[in-house]
Amino acid sequence: MQEILGKYSKEKSNLIQILNEVQEYYGYIPENAQVEISEYLSITMAQIYGVITFYSRFTLKPRGKYHIAVCLGTACYVKGSEKILDRAKEKLGIDVGETTKDGKFSLEATRCIGACGLAPVFTVNEEVYGKATVKTLDEAIDKIMENPE
Amino acid sequence: MVHLTINGKPVEVEEGTTILQAARKINIDIPTLCFLKDINEIGDCRICVVEVEGKRGFATACIQKVEEGMVVKTNSPAVIEARRVVLDLIISNHDRECLTCTRNGNCELQKLAEEFNITQIEYAGSRNRHEIDDLSPAIVRDFNKCILCRRCVSTCNKIQGVGAIDCTERGFDSCISTYGNKSLNDVNCTFCGQCIEACPVGALKEKDSTNEVWRKLRDEDTVVIVQTAPAVRVALGEEFGMEIGTNVKGKMVTALKRLGFDKVFDTNTGADFTIVEEGNEFLERLKNGGKLPMITSCSPGWVRYMEMNYPEVIPNLSTCKSPHQMFGALIKTYYAEKENIDPSKIFVVSVMPCIAKKFERTRDGMKSAGYDDVDAVITTRELARMIKQAHIDFVNLEDSEFDAPMGEATGAGAIFGTTGGVMEAALRTVQEKLTGNHFEKLEYEQIRGMEGIKRAKVDMNGTEVKVVVASGLKNAQTIMEEIKSGKADYQFVEIMACPGGCIMGGGQPIRTSKERANIDIKGKRASALYSIDEKSTIRKSHENPVLQKIYKEYLGEPGGHRAHELLHTSYVKRDKYKF
Amino acid sequence: MKTLEEINKIREEKRKELDLRINTSADTREKHILVCHGTGCTSSKSTQIIENFRKIIEEKNIENVRVIQTGCFGLCAKGPIVIIRPEDVFYAMVTPNDCEEIIEKHIQNGEIVQRLLCKDIDNKTVQKLDELNFYKKQKRIALKNCGVIDPENIEEYIAFDGYKALEKVLFHMTPDEVIEEISASGLRGRGGAGFPTGRKWLFTKMAEGDQKYVVCNADEGDPGAFMDRSILEGDPHCVVEAMMIAGYSVGANKGYIYVRAEYPIAVKRFQKAIDSAREYGILGKNIWNSGFDFDLEVRLGAGAFVCGEETALLESIEGKRGQPRLKPPFPANEGLFGKPTLINNVETYANITKIILNGAKWYSSIGTEKSKGTKVFALGGNVNNTGLVEVPMGTTLREIVYDIGGGIPNGRDFKAAQTGGPSGGCIPKEHLDTPIDYESLQAIGSMMGSGGLIVMDDTKCMVNLAKFYLGFTVDESCGKCTPCRIGTKRMLEMLEKITEGNGQKGDIEKLENLAVNIKAASVCGLGQSAPNPVLSTIKYFREEYREHIDFKECKAGECKALMKLSIDPELCRGCGLCKRNCPVDAISGEVKQTHIIDQEKCIKCGTCITKCPFHAIKG
Repeated sequence: MQEILGKYSKEKSNLIQILNEVQEYYGYIPENAQVEISEYLSITMAQIYGVITFYSRFTLKPRGKYHIAVCLGTACYVKGSEKILDRAKEKLGIDVGETTKDGKFSLEATRCIGACGLAPVFTVNEEVYGKATVKTLDEAIDKIMENPE
Repeated sequence: MVHLTINGKPVEVEEGTTILQAARKINIDIPTLCFLKDINEIGDCRICVVEVEGKRGFATACIQKVEEGMVVKTNSPAVIEARRVVLDLIISNHDRECLTCTRNGNCELQKLAEEFNITQIEYAGSRNRHEIDDLSPAIVRDFNKCILCRRCVSTCNKIQGVGAIDCTERGFDSCISTYGNKSLNDVNCTFCGQCIEACPVGALKEKDSTNEVWRKLRDEDTVVIVQTAPAVRVALGEEFGMEIGTNVKGKMVTALKRLGFDKVFDTNTGADFTIVEEGNEFLERLKNGGKLPMITSCSPGWVRYMEMNYPEVIPNLSTCKSPHQMFGALIKTYYAEKENIDPSKIFVVSVMPCIAKKFERTRDGMKSAGYDDVDAVITTRELARMIKQAHIDFVNLEDSEFDAPMGEATGAGAIFGTTGGVMEAALRTVQEKLTGNHFEKLEYEQIRGMEGIKRAKVDMNGTEVKVVVASGLKNAQTIMEEIKSGKADYQFVEIMACPGGCIMGGGQPIRTSKERANIDIKGKRASALYSIDEKSTIRKSHENPVLQKIYKEYLGEPGGHRAHELLHTSYVKRDKYKF
Repeated sequence: MKTLEEINKIREEKRKELDLRINTSADTREKHILVCHGTGCTSSKSTQIIENFRKIIEEKNIENVRVIQTGCFGLCAKGPIVIIRPEDVFYAMVTPNDCEEIIEKHIQNGEIVQRLLCKDIDNKTVQKLDELNFYKKQKRIALKNCGVIDPENIEEYIAFDGYKALEKVLFHMTPDEVIEEISASGLRGRGGAGFPTGRKWLFTKMAEGDQKYVVCNADEGDPGAFMDRSILEGDPHCVVEAMMIAGYSVGANKGYIYVRAEYPIAVKRFQKAIDSAREYGILGKNIWNSGFDFDLEVRLGAGAFVCGEETALLESIEGKRGQPRLKPPFPANEGLFGKPTLINNVETYANITKIILNGAKWYSSIGTEKSKGTKVFALGGNVNNTGLVEVPMGTTLREIVYDIGGGIPNGRDFKAAQTGGPSGGCIPKEHLDTPIDYESLQAIGSMMGSGGLIVMDDTKCMVNLAKFYLGFTVDESCGKCTPCRIGTKRMLEMLEKITEGNGQKGDIEKLENLAVNIKAASVCGLGQSAPNPVLSTIKYFREEYREHIDFKECKAGECKALMKLSIDPELCRGCGLCKRNCPVDAISGEVKQTHIIDQEKCIKCGTCITKCPFHAIKG
């Protein structure tokens, strides 16, 4: 945390930049991170909480090792991305916003990520799967499940 | 000057005036809901929308500044329909159980619904529901009634500088809440209750203690003794439609007697004790190089704030309890002994303008005699409710006097209820003790008035005493930073959590946004207290004969062993958040 | 740090060196392999393609060949795209396994790999990009450098007139002259509202303040829109340069670009552009001894669509919840940190350098009377050529959908096109010949929007579409003002009821009344335009709403709850597979007899349809 905070001056406008880095690094915003940020920027805990809960990117609970985001933007929706989302829910046994018990997978329905030329699209962490089908989703998940990591 | 037309009527106002203000100037009222002058001017609710010729869409009357030649229509059919739909939507997401709501009859939403002739909800739908937070001893938060006007958030952040609540989540799920959605009891809330005063509906209210008091009143074995703070008597009448700033002491005492309290005492008397103890404490510190500046400790919201945010300042705080706590301790010891009553059978009720005192009475150190100094605290509002429940025709009551022997108080005790009052009362005693002079001019004008921070110098026979009076927690913070950084060159500080002092406390009658914008409520209530002081025969705390008697017979010396046992307390560092 | 003379020299040399990028008869022995490296193609392995090419070239020790990553070519449907220059041969849907063949056959032996060439809609094989119908009606101004240069190489940008406009502005034009030029060009805000850009610059210049800011709105949140992303990924420097020109004109020396965090490649490339510009002495103090200071900073968004609204964006840069501010005061007078601020969209900025270099007259000769220049659209949905297109204003919708877009796939019919995303309206068949410009679109109840253009065929239900968009708006509403926070939710609930078969008489009128009042009373553009999809679908497809409400019918077949599954007695063989697999036992029938579905029990899961070997069940 100190490393992240050290990059920024104590201006309150740095809050979202800092939170983005924390989210990136930890996969969520831990409580002690909020306390440190609160002290560093002199912002109340309530206000930080208000900012965290406003923006979709910030989560208070850790995500799975493999975070699956199915795009429900118009172009993808029109090309049937909802079926892919349903399949993901079914296969992983979790709902949107949840993480599997073993912490391996978490699921999200995301807004348009801008790869509309390849609709429908889902991502697993940074990797983008374009022109996706229920089959490609199955394959992607199976590949991860087979990997003993 | 700017010239504009509103509903066909011309009006001339200064530049920078809002449409709302300009309209009110010519008696055209525009309805508002989220607007709270100088505190919450954000244009969220959309109730105050008006039409401006030549402009697309609606203008927000409470914020938009007037422009030369503007032609405004405040109740065209389009505006009325838009307002109706907006109100419909607000109510569709509101817990509409008015009959069981504490703000029934005094609710700004209810008033609008009545004015707009809402007879059915056209756009009913799902509601954003949350559990009620009633874990703290002082305040209850019911989000199901919240209309997201954010008046409370602005008050807590902007005015009080505490920031225990803020807007969380987004869109329809938006919720006014605390860090981590914890109870107010588990975050840095100071229980000052200013949010309650700001709330237009029943989303925030005090923890009700009237049921408990009724129970005790019913119990024949219990001796129920009530004491009333000075700020209560100049505001209670408002709950019965009387003019703001009417001193209803006499009726209040009569009402209390009719409610069945065994004894009706005056907290002002307790205040006199506080002055004597605190004055003595101050002089000791002054003489013996004790920790200065000394800070008053009778505002429990302020004390809680200090414990959470500036625990290093604890040594500066006076160890005196607040008046009603001192008084309660004396009732359970001196009075009980004198009247031969078993103190375990005494139930002391304090009527306070304050909700933090509901917490204060539960603090460690408030049980000096082995029994709680004070057993229940009810606010001015709760007392009014009890009086109404008993169907007492308050306005037409005759006057009564407080009961002896603890019912006599000085004018100094009376002015406790306003910012600067404690300091003034203390200075009267301190000045006299320090100089040995008996002086006639008792008003310290430099510390009267409604500014947030007042600084003054008092010459006491060659010794210059610098004092500071602050009200509102944001101002308290300024003083704390001065003390922390070593820049404080003053000796005595009075701090009240509520802006304006106890008369504007979190337990006082709730006024509407329009009243708060147009009437000097603080000024009127304060001047009633100063008036009481002026008319008092005895105006210096140490000259109170009852007080002198009790010291002589029972307590011994001010600051002495017994006084310390019963009338003093201690403080702790308090965690801001329960993780 | 380079001096102005050095930069000009680099331009001269590099331009010659890179002439082959745009000139098929360039005098060169080199071959450049351009690979599209925008997010779209990257997800289809174009990074791998680039790596493979480079590896093979190294292994085979081939000289005079370069592999260049470039920005989006636009024809995403056929990606990943590889273009060989100078001959301008364009290979479509390339996979990493094709790299070997392309190198051996084309690069080494000069033979075109026929099987990788692109087939146009009319099945004609095409060799050059410009021969494709997709490109014939396009005019790439904002996208000029996308697909030509390596976006991470500042010298390539400089080569093609990069930072020439900045020089012209700093040394040969006054701020007023710049603003006059931009005003005369007729450029209007490309973010959607279409406010005259020159006028906005003028207001900001005239505002009083000791500090001014220039902000670029790159929070492209409209689902289906990726114009801004492509510009930032393919040609970030043109935005840097434009912001500097804007800063010079309005009197600001600090700029911010607010980019969605969901665009990691765009963020990376833009940051690289800033870093390179600083390195070369283009961003910084006293640039080229002109006395002008300017610097830029990247600010990330955090997943809130509403932050695309300019005042909400400012709140977000200030570290707060992205809740819009009331206007007036306008950002030009009181913006970021309370100072006068100019905010423009990425695409708006992308036009600036071209206007400065080619003149306002040139720009205003393109487009229609009130809408000048070109517009970039992200064409998506039920259309053959999905991708990025840039057309002159005034091009008709028909031209975009059919000539450029290649028409509707699978032999289906055009039903409607949606512009402006969740803030826009649908354009039905009868308005296919509407010219795409600000006024014409507004006149028919839609709006230009930021450029997302989704085409829908006749299998799409318009009520469901309105519901989809409302779902988005409800999720993204900031929650500050009542009409949007609660009103959009109520509209969504009503649409859900209707699509679930619980619509009641009077619902359409109720929706319309609510929509009109939400539009009128909301604080910001999100709330003011959220009801548009509802109002426009009701306007043009009122019948569909009536069918859903009065007859509980969804003719397009999208609203599951209204599906009535039935077994065709002509086709049914009575095999009983459907009956056995029905999870709620809603099918009855004897062996070898026609089976029947009990509509009361049916939950419309569709299992029977998939199980029937005779395709006898229809929904």
